[in-house]
Amino acid sequence: MITATGLTKRFGDLAAVDGIDFEVAAGESFGLLGPNGAGKSTTMRMVGAVSTRTSGELRVLDLDPNTHGPEIRSRLGVVPQEDNLDTELRVRDNLIVYGRYFGIPRAVCAERADELLAFAQLEEKAKVKVDALSGGMKRRLTIARALINEPKVLMLDEPTTGLDPQARHVLWDRLFRLKERGTTLVLTTHYMDEAEQLCDRIVVVDEGRIMAQGSPSSLIREYSTREVVELRFGSERNAGAAEQLAVLGERIEVLPDRVLIYADNGESVLEHVARLGLHPTTSLVRRSSLEDVFLRLTGRSLIE
Amino acid sequence: MNEDRTPTAGLEHDAAPGACAPTVQAAEAIAAAARTRRRGALYVAEHQIRSMRTYGWTILIGGIGSPLLYLLGLGLGLASFLDVPVGFGPDGPVRYVVFVAPALLATAAIGVSTEEFTYTIMAGFKWRRIFWGMNASPLAPEQVVEGLVLAVAARMAFVSVAYGVVVALFGALGSPVAVLTLPLVGMLAGMAFGLPLLAFAASLKDDSGQFAAVQRFIFTPMFLFSGTFYPLSALPGWLHWIGWVSPLWHASELGRWLSYGSPISGVMLTVHLGVLLSLVAGGWLLARRTFVGRMRG
Repeated sequence: MITATGLTKRFGDLAAVDGIDFEVAAGESFGLLGPNGAGKSTTMRMVGAVSTRTSGELRVLDLDPNTHGPEIRSRLGVVPQEDNLDTELRVRDNLIVYGRYFGIPRAVCAERADELLAFAQLEEKAKVKVDALSGGMKRRLTIARALINEPKVLMLDEPTTGLDPQARHVLWDRLFRLKERGTTLVLTTHYMDEAEQLCDRIVVVDEGRIMAQGSPSSLIREYSTREVVELRFGSERNAGAAEQLAVLGERIEVLPDRVLIYADNGESVLEHVARLGLHPTTSLVRRSSLEDVFLRLTGRSLIE
Repeated sequence: MNEDRTPTAGLEHDAAPGACAPTVQAAEAIAAAARTRRRGALYVAEHQIRSMRTYGWTILIGGIGSPLLYLLGLGLGLASFLDVPVGFGPDGPVRYVVFVAPALLATAAIGVSTEEFTYTIMAGFKWRRIFWGMNASPLAPEQVVEGLVLAVAARMAFVSVAYGVVVALFGALGSPVAVLTLPLVGMLAGMAFGLPLLAFAASLKDDSGQFAAVQRFIFTPMFLFSGTFYPLSALPGWLHWIGWVSPLWHASELGRWLSYGSPISGVMLTVHLGVLLSLVAGGWLLARRTFVGRMRG
């Protein structure tokens, strides 16, 4: 579906995307995970044929975005980071008007609009103006709109940023259904849980470069331990305690608010902590996540 | 990104010796985009006109009410105080309302531009962001411009024709044919003022009073000093330049010639038409360039 080789985008001296390679296969659900400013959106814009690359190769649906922008865009569905629904039109009309951009006959647009409203659980809102929708509903409508042309690839840029937890879960459920139907998904996120939920394969990007790629579980296996112990001693005492704790796990990370100890057995680490006579104010044993992978790869948290 | 508009350019390249024919999914994409390649501008216009319906009543009432007000106020009210005729046809002086009507009609069309090519454009890029939605579709930025202009032309046509009809009902047309030709001149004026304004509006990231400034410092002086209410020659010479750079003056002069045959030399007719067409063409090219630059960064 998508092949990028040495893909680069420069804005003046700044390389927003700095020579990245990746491939996306049909039916795959592919994620770009990285903090804000990592170059995720710029990559999406180049794949979406609305931004020309500075150098490197890029093929989308076997076409070059430089020469076949409209052709590529006609087979993509795009869910942008910021909603751009027409707030002055009614919900259903938004879908129809958008479908027309693709040259889809009005009657077909209307038929698909009804199906998509059902899919997005917005049937009752069909005649409502977009302004009256909640944030989560707007996102679902944006996703429905992106599906009006029955796209080969659905591209989602930070699909759940700014939504409350419940709305996120509803959205994930919808996206998961699309994935089950075999829709190719390409999404960017800075939420590790989102990447874990939705992606078969992830590339971790930072400062325009790819740090690692693989499935969520293989990335965790490769770059982290099975479990993590999180300890809080209070911001002043964390660093001091860490010196004593260093021997306990495979690796230790000292963050401003807590100490992370990476080990395969978290409970036994906790016992050792107690034996050392240290008394954290809170302690927690959890599974490793992509957040830990990112921390290991870049020395920074995803969300800062 | 001109190649964006030439569907076969890249294909020929792909079909060059040594390269393989487009794959199934590529061929599918090429077929899917074909309609938008041809008619994209119409789809944009369709959307814009649908949006205009949400404020349709202001268009309707403004379109008919404004000529009524102006013609009543100026044609009947002000004219009754005027002893000296200001407009002359081949058969001598014409009534004041006949003189002023072509200029008012052109002003109404320009008025449409000052709304549709300012706030609507800022809304498209920033407030409602709908241009970005268009941008992600197969539409090309050039087609977005074309569609916007088409939709505004439709509104302008309505306003100009309504004006023409009201003017005719007031008996303020020198010749009956002018009910058809005056709206055309009006639209030309509207676009001559509007397309450069469109390019300007599309270049703004933010409206921090620029549109209000256009209204106050460009539109209003132009309305007052373009020979709208009296011939440009009535003004002192140092103010004449406003008329010369103003699409309204050129359109008013053309309109007066068409309506009641006000005497104008062939050279001046060419100048009037030339200025208007140059503004349209220049604004058009600039607007396209601005949209492409902004949408394909």
